[in-house]
Amino acid sequence: MAGLAHRLLALLSAAGRAYGLRTRRRRHLWRAFRSRRKVQAVKDRSGTIRPRDILCFMAVRNEMLRLPHFLDHHRSLGVDHFLIVDNDSTDGTRDFLAAQPDVSLWHTPSSYKQARFGLDWVTWLQIRHGHGHWTLTLDADELLIYPYWQTRPLPALTAWLDDQGLAAMGAMMLDLYPEGPLSAAEIASGGNPLSVLRWFDAGNYGVQLQPRMGNLWIQGGPRARMFFAKDPRRAPSLNKIPLVRWNRRFAYANSTHALLPPRLNRVYATDGSEQISGLLLHTKFLPEIIAKSAEEKARKEHFANSALYDDYYDSVTRDPVLWCPESEALGSWRRLEALGLMSRGGWI
Amino acid sequence: MTVGFVMLCHTALGRAAQVARHWAERGCPVVIHVDRRVAAKAYAGLTQDLADLPNVRFSGRHACEWGTWGIVAASQEAATVMLRDFADVRHVYLASGSCLPLRPVDELRAYLDERPNTDFIESVTTEDVGWTVGGLDYERFTLRFPFSWRKQKWWFDTYVKLQRRVGFRRKIPAELVPHLGSQWWCLTRQTLSAILEHPDRAKIDRYFQKVWIPDESYFQTLVRQVSRTVESRSLTLSKFDFQGKPHIFYDDHLQLLRRSDCFVARKIWPDAVRLYAAFLSEDRSRQAAAEPNPGKIDRLFAKAVERRVKGRPGLYMHSRFPQENFENGRTAGPYSVFSGFADVFENFEIWLSKASGARVHGHLFAPDRVHFSGGETVYNGALSDSAKVRDYNPKSFLTSLIWNTRGERQCFQFGPTDTQELNWFMSLDGNAQISVISGAWAVPLFHSNQNFGDIRREAARLQKIEQEFLNILRAPSAKARVRIWSLADFVENPMEPLQTIMDEIGPRQGRRLSEVPRMADLTGFGQFLQNLRNQGMQPVLMGDFPVGHDPATKSTRRGRPYLVK
Repeated sequence: MAGLAHRLLALLSAAGRAYGLRTRRRRHLWRAFRSRRKVQAVKDRSGTIRPRDILCFMAVRNEMLRLPHFLDHHRSLGVDHFLIVDNDSTDGTRDFLAAQPDVSLWHTPSSYKQARFGLDWVTWLQIRHGHGHWTLTLDADELLIYPYWQTRPLPALTAWLDDQGLAAMGAMMLDLYPEGPLSAAEIASGGNPLSVLRWFDAGNYGVQLQPRMGNLWIQGGPRARMFFAKDPRRAPSLNKIPLVRWNRRFAYANSTHALLPPRLNRVYATDGSEQISGLLLHTKFLPEIIAKSAEEKARKEHFANSALYDDYYDSVTRDPVLWCPESEALGSWRRLEALGLMSRGGWI
Repeated sequence: MTVGFVMLCHTALGRAAQVARHWAERGCPVVIHVDRRVAAKAYAGLTQDLADLPNVRFSGRHACEWGTWGIVAASQEAATVMLRDFADVRHVYLASGSCLPLRPVDELRAYLDERPNTDFIESVTTEDVGWTVGGLDYERFTLRFPFSWRKQKWWFDTYVKLQRRVGFRRKIPAELVPHLGSQWWCLTRQTLSAILEHPDRAKIDRYFQKVWIPDESYFQTLVRQVSRTVESRSLTLSKFDFQGKPHIFYDDHLQLLRRSDCFVARKIWPDAVRLYAAFLSEDRSRQAAAEPNPGKIDRLFAKAVERRVKGRPGLYMHSRFPQENFENGRTAGPYSVFSGFADVFENFEIWLSKASGARVHGHLFAPDRVHFSGGETVYNGALSDSAKVRDYNPKSFLTSLIWNTRGERQCFQFGPTDTQELNWFMSLDGNAQISVISGAWAVPLFHSNQNFGDIRREAARLQKIEQEFLNILRAPSAKARVRIWSLADFVENPMEPLQTIMDEIGPRQGRRLSEVPRMADLTGFGQFLQNLRNQGMQPVLMGDFPVGHDPATKSTRRGRPYLVK
């Protein structure tokens, strides 16, 4: 009798949670709809999108340093069209993007934080243009790689995912850093960040399950090691689900760390087997991060509770060396896979 | 005499046309079947593309849904056209639009010329197949399957269960012995025409129309009736994943495919530019006409499937996060936990590292920081020595450490002063070798310079913690190799336990320990315990130390161990 009551209660609470998440998803979609007028088209080439194209969505601000390489990298992977919201850049980002033949550009002067860290804008674009497409949702400092990425472009991957009945692929963010102090890792504007950011932490990642939405929560890497050793709970989340076969009813819940409806967060195998996953090479730690950190500390646009991250910004402003003798040099994807940072799953 | 190709196509018609042209231009007639569900425009494009080739035909179109009769009907009709229109064809090769020839046509022709009466078709009795999807092998022939396995999975399964429950059975025509096998065959004109012109064909077809996945059984079963020589293997290299879906070959498989010496491979990714360019270019000449040798590919794919299904033990990451007890190995390799040893022996870590050759850490779970081997502040994989980071997610800490140091055995000290969060995890981990000298924590207390009241309180606390640890280790569900000695028993005879542990760690197997670490001075320890008792505490984990009788000190003072042969 008690067992039955217990099971009934569990069922009810699961139903309640599912309903709560459904409400939350619809709230996100509604917010996205309401923010539609805050983004103005600068150059809308979305008419050229063909039915099976792979699309890339993002919001950017002053990313001239990284964008040329970012676009080249993902173009060669097989992204057909980029849909980008520019949040008031002042460094020429807007003109550069407007001139790209495969970019559709929107502009907004609104607050990044108040737009759910840019997600409202991006979600609106996804509702309008993403439906039925395989979509990548990235930041300008993220470069997607996955098993065989140099020989098998994205359409091969997405066709295989379709075949396997998988609607999304996870990719952990891998923070890259230079060998010396951050300020020494100069690249020319538009250069390849990977030419200076050649190191990463190979095996200090903590994984736990977030039962609410069923997504993993991964923390670790150089930032956790250097800046959050006293308060590891606050260390940045590294789990991401950037590649999704989109439906206009989907919405990212929290950056691209988690997604609604929650079934999409199950990009991992729980029975001991291995699912496929990629990596997002994180090119955050170029020298400009030092000045940017001071600026972001003042802007308070990146965290819900920004004051808690003042120490972090201060540490970065002090031009630290993230490299340590145990750092691993960036090599081939096979090496990254052997380290267990990503997996080919059943893709052979 | 030549070989004719029947091609079943439904997507990537451009690639199919390219392959058809390759074969046709080299004197092999081709009959193409295009799925009826392909749009008229695309079909017209294909026919136009190949219009200049006199030895290419198109056969009547059927809808070919997976697992249904349409595929067999298409093969029958196309094969009929082949036999009717091309009299010099002796072998008919069934291929698909995503097949790619790996060896020159002349080599295939020569190979078949040497075996003019052989039918190459995988044909296995239902008892002997191990690869059928959904576990249906013999029942494919005796049940009915009106629902689509892919689109109406629930109805499919339920209806199968219902028929099993009710005991329903279709009757297999008397003369047929069900066989299964790959649908890609190469049959001789004699065999094929005997199947197509079978006197009972109407009846047999009617039966097979309701068999599940008839393309894997129709020809495979009938060939056994009419063929003189069946070679039960497919000339087409085709691999399936654990769900029964065909693997796809990409550009990076080029060398692998070359070395397989197979004649044809499927499926090829339509945009595999390098593969198509390499294998459809001018025929390469080879030294010897080798037998097809898919062994290497078989091994590679078997390994990859195992990786997919079993995963890498001890790995927790973005696409592998096993539920508890489904880990298939909680950690990546064996490791050793020593509790109490560092208290009983002086410089135990140094001795252990010398004696075992393994990596020996201090107290990894100490409250102040992680005591990595050599006092490192950042260890393999950039693991931090911060106690806060470790305690935030201790399971990840330990599994990462063991994962990062694969190939090198890790040993570490443990005790009741350490954080106890992983006790269950280690106890349930078959990779853990946990050796405990219970009550050894009292030795540092005995030597400490504290007020006795504080010592008493601390002793009570540590005893409680260790008691819980021991209970966990003794749980019936424990999988770790656990050894527990009381301090008294251990001190009495330290050599044997040490030898047992070392043998198990074992990189230097079979060696007797030549040197035993120096034991701490226990003179007066019995009195110390009695004092604790007198103060109202009950020390139980140390075993029996009579007051005034200090047995251990004698044997260890000698420096050289006493060996029992």
